[in-house]
Amino acid sequence: MKVALFATCLTDTFYPSTAKAVVRLLERLGCEVSFPLEQTCCGQMHFNTGYRSHSVPLARQYTEVFESFDHVVAPSGSCAGMVREVYPTLGVSPVPTHELSEFLVDVLGVTDVGAWFPHRVTYHPTCHSLRMLGVGDKPLKLLSAVRALDLVELPAAETCCGFGGTFAIKNAETSTAMLADKMRCVLDTGAEVLSAGDNSCLMHIGGGLSRLKAGVRTVHLAEILASTEEDPWRATP
Amino acid sequence: MARNPVTWLGSPTFPNAARTALADTQLRQNLRKATGTIRARRASAVAEMPDWEALRLSGEAIKNDVLSRLEVLLPQLEEAVTARGGTVHWARDAEEANAIVLRLCRENDATEVVKVKSMATAEIGLNEALEEGGVHAIETDLAELIVQLGDDRPSHILVPAIHRNRSEIREIFQRRMGISVSDEPADLAEAARLYLRQKFLTTKVAVSGANFAVADTGSIVVLESEGNGRMCLTLPDTLITVMGIEKLVPTWQDLEVFLQLLPRSSTAERMNPYTSVWTGVTPGDGPQQFHLILLDNGRTASLKDTVGRQALRCIRCSACLNVCPVYERTGGQSYGSVYPGPIGAILTPQLVGDMHDKQAASLPYASSLCGACFEVCPVRIDIPSVLTHLRAEAVTAKGRSPESVAMAAAAWMFRDAKRYERAQKLGALARLLARNGKITSLPWPGSKWTSSRDVPAPPAESFREWWRKNRG
Repeated sequence: MKVALFATCLTDTFYPSTAKAVVRLLERLGCEVSFPLEQTCCGQMHFNTGYRSHSVPLARQYTEVFESFDHVVAPSGSCAGMVREVYPTLGVSPVPTHELSEFLVDVLGVTDVGAWFPHRVTYHPTCHSLRMLGVGDKPLKLLSAVRALDLVELPAAETCCGFGGTFAIKNAETSTAMLADKMRCVLDTGAEVLSAGDNSCLMHIGGGLSRLKAGVRTVHLAEILASTEEDPWRATP
Repeated sequence: MARNPVTWLGSPTFPNAARTALADTQLRQNLRKATGTIRARRASAVAEMPDWEALRLSGEAIKNDVLSRLEVLLPQLEEAVTARGGTVHWARDAEEANAIVLRLCRENDATEVVKVKSMATAEIGLNEALEEGGVHAIETDLAELIVQLGDDRPSHILVPAIHRNRSEIREIFQRRMGISVSDEPADLAEAARLYLRQKFLTTKVAVSGANFAVADTGSIVVLESEGNGRMCLTLPDTLITVMGIEKLVPTWQDLEVFLQLLPRSSTAERMNPYTSVWTGVTPGDGPQQFHLILLDNGRTASLKDTVGRQALRCIRCSACLNVCPVYERTGGQSYGSVYPGPIGAILTPQLVGDMHDKQAASLPYASSLCGACFEVCPVRIDIPSVLTHLRAEAVTAKGRSPESVAMAAAAWMFRDAKRYERAQKLGALARLLARNGKITSLPWPGSKWTSSRDVPAPPAESFREWWRKNRG
């Protein structure tokens, strides 16, 4: 199956290891992965902050870049949600874009991707994956099938971590108060790794955990699923 | 035009008000406990209903129908109420509505009125307007009474004193009622009962809001949990009801849907405890004078907005407040309005009708767009979509600002992959600021992030560079 990767601007710039993991995972599952270099950003930041007119050309650009592909996969529920749910309201027809766990479970029809990850992990279902896309328990099904992985349930998992894009800047104090509760829940699990399907939320929660030297690291779902016994996940410096 | 009292004069913008509230540990504890409890109870009350989603769709459809036919349904209501001996008044704004109530009080020689808990009268600042005119309004809803006696402001649509715990309430009652009482809920309720009972028996005029009005029969419906509302609605000689023009339902059959949706969404009850319905005046039974004031106060203007007007479907259940992670932490007073929480963030700016008002323009940003509000809304108001819609209006009203310049520059950069990549390489130099792979301090506005969160150092090689080298 031919698929295009939409890396998202955040992952392309700050988390290349996640995008590489998506490529490795999808190729292992028999996909032929393309990465059109003309891609940049889906326009979500502009749209969500009230700069709708700036988001429209970015939405058109996205469609032009990806329209020749049957499937686009993004390692982000939030950006996939922007494309699928918001583009139509901007008068831009969306290219079929899937969040990674949706693509694996719904399109490829796999839950056991042959991964191995010997760590205690808890999972934060990000708001847009959960409520915009309705990915449900697909990420948990994928994680449950990972060998050697000790999956622990995150209390109050469905509560927002407080990121919210520019909300984290414009209402930094409220965002931090939400983050504090999310970090408490993460620490309560005793997990070594917090995973999620969005690097934006992980940057937020991970940024707080790092500041507090909490001893928990954040790892994107794609990197866990790409990890195998022969070629295990390694922390990028 | 006079200022709309839906926001409190002099309220700081949301981020500034929130800063103060977030530091109030007692408030945080009270809200954590109260919203956590009601959230769990609502979830189980809703889970019992196999047709909940169908009910939500019906509620949405009925309200959309009402909003598109107000010009037919409102005259129909007026005719029905008048035919049954009531008097209908029309008020364009808060000032007109308050003047009508004050005139009616004076015509009845009333210097005191008892009040049923009502958002419409809170929205128009009726109590303050009456006080200025020499008429004292007595709130009879327990939580509303706590707010009134505490010289406080409401912080929740359903439970306006949700920010108070029982020991704070005890203190307010002792101070204002001149009594000694324990902080046991039953004792506090008894103290309020003794205080209010005398008022019910002696006051000649009552003021209420309305949850619903049935257009074809002219029946007005009030839902409450304490029975104090019913005392007000039945004992006084004169009843004045102030109702937003969007509160209509076409028929009794439509009302049935809302009598299922509202109690489970608001108080997590299967059936509402006290549902009072009256139609005009019944000779020899209940108030012998009934006045219905139909209030616009910004609603017609909101109806013009094809995205924003869905906020007028709201039935004031408060489910969105109770699930909102922002509301739970900042409390309701941070929103500077009688309508707090997610619904307030979209309704208040529309009623104010001026995005140059900095406080009102800050409200649509008081959300992380997590969508929990939309998920629980019994009339399916897509609050996140209205929030981003109103943010766009706020941006337009604000004009050129450092933020708008930065956003324009970012959009220009993103519109071309080569520009984007150059910016990416330049930005990656920020790794020089990093220690152990983390940046802990950035200049403004990045400082807003690094005040509580580290930033990962951008790697030397972006994904696209890796792709080009290895796969390109």
